[in-house]
Amino acid sequence: MKLSRVSRQFGGLRAVDDVNLEIEPGEIVGLIGPNGAGKTTLINVITGVHTANSGEIELDGQRITKMKPHEVANIGCSRTFQIVQPFPNMTVLENVSAGALFAAGAKNIRESREQAMEYLEFVGLADEAEKSATALPLAGRKRLELAKSLAMKPRLLMLDEVNAGLNSTEIDGALKLIQAISDRGITLILIEHLMKVVMSMSSRIVVLHHGKLIANGTPAEVIEDQSVIEAYLGRRFAEKIAKEKNGQMT
Amino acid sequence: MKKIAIFVAIVALLALPYFGNNYIVRLATVMMMYSVLALSWNFIGGMAGYPSFATAAFFGIGAYVGAILQANGIFFGAAWFAAGLIALIFAAIMGRAILHLRGHYFAIASLVMVEVLREVVNTNDQITGGGMGMNIPILKISVEASGMLFYYSMFVVALLTLATTSWVYHSKLGFGFRCIQQNEAAANMLGVDSTKYKTIAFSLSAVFVGMAGAIYASWVNYIEPPDVFDIFLTIKPVVMVLLGGMGTVFGPIIGAVAFLALEEIVWRNFLTIHSALLGLLIVLLVLFLPKGALFFDYRQFFRGRKK
Amino acid sequence: MLYLQILLNGLLLGGLYALIAVGFSLVWGVLNVINILHGTFIVLGSYIAYFAHLYFGIHPFASVIISGSVLFCLGYVIQAGIINRVVAAPVLMTLTLTFGLDLLLNNAMLIAFTADYRKLILTDSLGSYDLWGLILPLNRVAGVGLAALLTFGLYRLLRDSNIGRAIVAVRMDREAATLMGVRVNRINAVTFALGALMAGAAGSIFSIIYPISPINSGLFLGKAFVICILGGLGSVPGAMIGGIALGVIESYGALFLGPEHSTTLAFVILIALLIFRPTGIMGRKGYE
Repeated sequence: MKLSRVSRQFGGLRAVDDVNLEIEPGEIVGLIGPNGAGKTTLINVITGVHTANSGEIELDGQRITKMKPHEVANIGCSRTFQIVQPFPNMTVLENVSAGALFAAGAKNIRESREQAMEYLEFVGLADEAEKSATALPLAGRKRLELAKSLAMKPRLLMLDEVNAGLNSTEIDGALKLIQAISDRGITLILIEHLMKVVMSMSSRIVVLHHGKLIANGTPAEVIEDQSVIEAYLGRRFAEKIAKEKNGQMT
Repeated sequence: MKKIAIFVAIVALLALPYFGNNYIVRLATVMMMYSVLALSWNFIGGMAGYPSFATAAFFGIGAYVGAILQANGIFFGAAWFAAGLIALIFAAIMGRAILHLRGHYFAIASLVMVEVLREVVNTNDQITGGGMGMNIPILKISVEASGMLFYYSMFVVALLTLATTSWVYHSKLGFGFRCIQQNEAAANMLGVDSTKYKTIAFSLSAVFVGMAGAIYASWVNYIEPPDVFDIFLTIKPVVMVLLGGMGTVFGPIIGAVAFLALEEIVWRNFLTIHSALLGLLIVLLVLFLPKGALFFDYRQFFRGRKK
Repeated sequence: MLYLQILLNGLLLGGLYALIAVGFSLVWGVLNVINILHGTFIVLGSYIAYFAHLYFGIHPFASVIISGSVLFCLGYVIQAGIINRVVAAPVLMTLTLTFGLDLLLNNAMLIAFTADYRKLILTDSLGSYDLWGLILPLNRVAGVGLAALLTFGLYRLLRDSNIGRAIVAVRMDREAATLMGVRVNRINAVTFALGALMAGAAGSIFSIIYPISPINSGLFLGKAFVICILGGLGSVPGAMIGGIALGVIESYGALFLGPEHSTTLAFVILIALLIFRPTGIMGRKGYE
């Protein structure tokens, strides 16, 4: 995927400001930044929920900038939501088969259900298939959301705070799943607040602050980056650390 | 089990004119018409979840298109089909204009359409006879034959609507409708082209209603704008579907039958307060049985499923 | 000169129309309920004025107090007892419910009063005043004045009183209001009752202009719809602007198209607005 000078504003607020980004197939890219930095907005712009005010977005060379959400879904770009909202009056299986039926283009409902079952097994929800989606606890719903977005057979999957609200065992489980997804060849963008997750899983990290991309590199590089520290901890703290580092070096 | 029941029902209904008198046949014709209206509304209101109040608009269009074509010598069968087609086209165009609206705004827009259309028809009296109404040529056949003809015609349209409902319900299209009804934004994110699907649902809610309107016009031989662009033609199907079960295949029919039964009883005994009683029915329904009076019962009955 | 007269007529009419819509708009904006009963409430207000005048000689403008109070209580009871149970339900349910209630009330009025049109003739009409060649029907002017007073009263109530502010809070954010200790159920009932009160008052004032019959309820309701879409929901200034706009449009429309088409014209404008700009001329969803 390639984002060139993508911007999106709401009234006077530039939520996404002149973002340039290239993502190679198979990467796991971590997208981090303080609250309100524009991470979810960026995802929304990529998936067509909001249209970019300027700039271009390409997926494997195809321009997707002006595409509507269902079109973006159909060409292989899917995402999960921070606040998980399954279809309330459907079972777990039906929820996932929706993804297989529409975005992935299964031929009929029966086929979509078969495919959905596979994905449910993959995320470990096979036993809950016939339960109502609302009966699942939060961790289960997050896995359901994952299964749904996988059923769409995406080339690029964007996970928005998939670990929010989970305890540490649940998080470990989630991480294993994410790794398994990447092993299948799907390119991933992870929006995360949990540093341990992002640092361990990503091959590359991208940092957003006030809508602007302020850093783009390996985890080790980003963690040392002055502007990143400043964004998270404030300028004075960043200067303090810089002084200490300089003091150490001389 | 279910298929046998349906088969028996169809055979019984086909044989009905030979066993019943004129009154029964007339009542059954109305029942078929109500079924068409209820099943049609079910596409957009029950399955897709958009509160459309446009049914009367489609009925009126169908009635007048049918009447105008017949007045110009077109064979009634062709006129009826054409009426359905025009209603469908109208719905597709109107849908483009208003389906992006949500909730109340959509409801109002569809409601107001009915009023505007009525006025348009009223004004263009050159073609439509305006407030003086339109006469549709009476067919030169006996009263009994006429009764049977209209009964079977409505029956065919009802069967078509039912078949379509069943097909849609079990298809990808129906699945898409249900997704839209439960969470339209999520449906879009999953690849459902909600604009296209909504327009299809809206058009489906129009085509059979248009045919029914045309058949009705030929049946009663005289129509005026307030008869066919009547808000009750929208409200009653909604009540029927609420009675029987929103978004199901047979719910609308069950609701139509129940409603007609109630209506006949009330008309015969409580004429002066019949609209108040309808109002009462509506209030009770909405307050106590929002999912449909017969919703759970009927499913349990047919499938023997344990709750 | 004719055009100026038409404009004046339109403005006067519009001032009255604003009163029709303001209660409807408030209920829609705050409770998210489209009150189909609104038209019937107005007609009921007219009947109250009519009979008060017929039997007790009370001037319709004075009976605003009576009809307002009666309708306030009626509205409160209906909302608290019935509508509140489904206030969180989808649009279809609330709309169908108020439709059903309207059928009940309307039919009851038909039985009680028959469909015959009644006209309220004032024996001591104020006549008209010639203002630079323009005709000012003084009854109407007085009516508009009273309407403006009532509307302004509502506006101040919403702005300054505790209950008014609670209503606005619920309209802006229901959940937040609950967290702040607002008893939303009571506010719901009061808001609806206020809407009914305004409708009753409008009915009393309108009794000298329109013939009175339950059949007219749809007419008033239709106008209320259009005004709300024109002016935006839930705000008093919006209802005023929408009302005046409709009044002027109808007056000119009557001139060019004939008075029988004025309702249709209003509806066509409604649809056009909904298609292109659903939030109305004001461009907002309605803020106090």
